[in-house]
Amino acid sequence: MIYLVLFWEFFKIGLFSFGGGYAMIPIIKEVCINHNWISEDMLLNYIGISESTPGPIAINMATFVGSSQGGILGAIIATLGVVLPSFIIILIIAIALKNFIKNRYVQATLKGMRPVVVGLIIFTGLSLLLSVIKVYPVKEEISYLSIIIIAILFVLSFIYKKIRKKNIPTILIILLSGCLGLLFLI
Amino acid sequence: MISLIKEKVADKKGWMTEEEINDIIVIAESTPGPIAINLATYCGYKIKGVFGSVLATLGVVLPSLIIIFSISLFFDKFIQNKVVAAIFMGIKCAVVYLITTAGIRMFRKMKKTWYSVTATILIILIMAVLSIFSKSFSTIYFILIGGFLGLIIFGFLAKKEPKK
Repeated sequence: MIYLVLFWEFFKIGLFSFGGGYAMIPIIKEVCINHNWISEDMLLNYIGISESTPGPIAINMATFVGSSQGGILGAIIATLGVVLPSFIIILIIAIALKNFIKNRYVQATLKGMRPVVVGLIIFTGLSLLLSVIKVYPVKEEISYLSIIIIAILFVLSFIYKKIRKKNIPTILIILLSGCLGLLFLI
Repeated sequence: MISLIKEKVADKKGWMTEEEINDIIVIAESTPGPIAINLATYCGYKIKGVFGSVLATLGVVLPSLIIIFSISLFFDKFIQNKVVAAIFMGIKCAVVYLITTAGIRMFRKMKKTWYSVTATILIILIMAVLSIFSKSFSTIYFILIGGFLGLIIFGFLAKKEPKK
């Protein structure tokens, strides 16, 4: 039953995405690939859209993947699944355990998880990067244009940060790369 | 998003004080799930109890759900267009760039201890080896193992910090 699977998988994603929006990407990638829901390529498209529309990326991704697997009901169920863990945990904290987060053992556990999450994000980023420039595991011709676009984004973000003293807005990166993508038509 | 919530909840509506909101942000950052959801749930509860938290959470989820669902209806056809496909080839580059730099930024912000540095590097290496041999091991287990190690190392083995 697809709805149950969607709910359960996104519940797990919601439960284990510690540390902001990007923390869920390694898990969602694994889930989508293991279930053969969407290809890595499509996943990147979805993330691109989720990044450029309002709302938390986790919610956007859940809706997107849910919709692709089970239409409107799938979208609602996957979104519900990803929201429910946070909702329940925060509600419990708000009602009864205000000092729960300050607890020494909770903090110790979180401290242990943090570097793992960071490592997983870096790994996922790098592995997707290799697959976008078609080096690994796709054995096709290397996409030099992709390498050039990534290099341009890198340099521009660097310059932006030097001048404006803050990180370049995500939406600017996406718009820019979309325009640069038109070079693929040539 | 956070500054938007702050402005609305604290300044305009006067539902909570800025200090209260900062407290919640700390909680939201240490609990799983999107910070916006955590904040909505917490603020909703403070203002109108469980019912309030349900409504506030629903309120923050609904726009995403509607927007993304609408996009998903035509996206598969849309992406088959040559121009759109090319644009998305570019966007994919941006996405991998954003994920990688977000990870690296988180690493740079993280307090460097022998544990945090070793664990980060070890995870990257283990994942690389697993991927080369096409073996799968759920990332959730890695997070759980990390939490368990943290509990033992920082919770039970480390000396108790003097209370402030």
